Amino acid sequence: MKTIEQNILKEVAGLDALPVGAYNIRTNGKSAARNTTANIDIVTKEDKPGIDIIIKPGTINESVHIPVVVSQAGLKDMVYNDFFIGEGSDVTIVAGCGIHSCGDADSAHDGIHTFYVGKNAKIRYVEKHYGEGDADATGKRLMNPTTVVHLDEGAQMMMETSQIAGIDDTNRVTEADLAAGAKLEIRDSIMTTGDQTADAYFTADLNGEDCSCNIISRTVAKGNSKQHYTSTLNGNARCAGHTECDSIIMDNAYVHAAPQLSAATTEASLIHEAAIGKIAGEQLIKLMTLGLTEEEAEEQIISGFLK
Amino acid sequence: MLELQNISYVTEDGKTILKDINAKIDDHFVVITGPNGSGKSTLAKVIAGINKPSSGRILLNGEDITDLSITERANKGISYAFQQPVRFKGLTVKDLMSLAAGKEASLNELCNLLSEVGLCAKDYINRDLDGSLSGGELKRIEIAMAFARNSALTLFDEPEAGIDLWSFQKLIRVFEKMVAGNDGNILIISHQERIIDIADKVLYLKDGQVAKYDTKENVLPEIMGGAASACSVLTDKMKED
Repeated sequence: MKTIEQNILKEVAGLDALPVGAYNIRTNGKSAARNTTANIDIVTKEDKPGIDIIIKPGTINESVHIPVVVSQAGLKDMVYNDFFIGEGSDVTIVAGCGIHSCGDADSAHDGIHTFYVGKNAKIRYVEKHYGEGDADATGKRLMNPTTVVHLDEGAQMMMETSQIAGIDDTNRVTEADLAAGAKLEIRDSIMTTGDQTADAYFTADLNGEDCSCNIISRTVAKGNSKQHYTSTLNGNARCAGHTECDSIIMDNAYVHAAPQLSAATTEASLIHEAAIGKIAGEQLIKLMTLGLTEEEAEEQIISGFLK
Repeated sequence: MLELQNISYVTEDGKTILKDINAKIDDHFVVITGPNGSGKSTLAKVIAGINKPSSGRILLNGEDITDLSITERANKGISYAFQQPVRFKGLTVKDLMSLAAGKEASLNELCNLLSEVGLCAKDYINRDLDGSLSGGELKRIEIAMAFARNSALTLFDEPEAGIDLWSFQKLIRVFEKMVAGNDGNILIISHQERIIDIADKVLYLKDGQVAKYDTKENVLPEIMGGAASACSVLTDKMKED
């Protein structure tokens, strides 16, 4: 594997070497390495690009890494990955995609990830998007991930998604439905710079009794970048939902935040919050009194905010 | 040593907050006191570089720092514990304490610093310095951050404000310890008699001017007598009390 690809794997999946456990590494539209375990199977789809990740019921403390690397200019990669998480299992899935652009043609990775989380299963899903490029590369780096989550009774999912650097244009869609007692927690971080745009749409249907959903989004918009954020919670049963979008806006950026709620029963308890503002001057001053320059202070505040 | 030479501060809308302040802060432990609105916090901000004086010079150990930025002054050895602590989303107590110390602080170091202000490090270091902490907790962390810097000159703006009585007793002991040690100059804005009691000198600020700058024995009568010049309704009321 070339250095560029190794760097990207480190950025998106924290990998210096092949991971322990199950993995599937996809580079430039092809599977580059794969490992399965006794409890986790990875099968290539026959009707379309992508894989099925099948986790046996009761699989505890195992992990799956499925990073994607695009380092060919002009490549438009599209994958359909389906995850079948067996009842009562407790696993971590690390996905992530990195694009390294080197020419004047746009590179893109679009993925549809669908999760079928079985009864009382617990899953932590980490997804990081990252882009970089040669200094003279003019091709854009585009990513349009769609994540669909079906949580069965008592299932729990913790999603940590982030896109901190280098993606020019993104349209991220996340849809979830929750059965009785299911729990979904999403922590999403986005930073846009330059002329980038990022659109994020979250929808959760809280269908089962006593299910709960908490979506926390933190974004930073710099330069001339534009962000649109919509998150919708639909309370269709006795449930608890909370969605929060908090943005730091800088320079000439534009941020649109639209959390929305709907309730079809008096038993639904839903809250939304949204805040957009610049970095507070007193935060900068406090860090400067600790010896940081204004730029260092700004960097600390942003990295903490997006952490 | 800090020297204030003819410091004046006038706001943009023309209001004079500080008028021709002259003082040499060369004692170990100096308290700035005075009525509300007398310019104490503004003076602290002028020293820290947050507010630029309209006129006058500030010297730190003989070096003119009037035109230095907040960062440059911090790096020259000025620390400033705010009266109202600042909240940060996403930065933890450990992050801030490490920034204050100028290095990654170990659990042991954090434990030493935070226990001085009555907090158990294990309960706090990974918590965000945000609205999930109470005003008193934030204030104690603010004070611990100033300790962590271990600077040549440390400014505390009303360290007692927002702290419960039990913690205040402990805080006094911390300041007493600082006085006993040789940890540079400490400049505290305070109204508390117990803090004034341990001061080497007291600077009494009134209407933006130095009304008296001397030992506490010489300044306290001035402060007590100061109320006599207030309006008759106020003095009558104070007599009733």
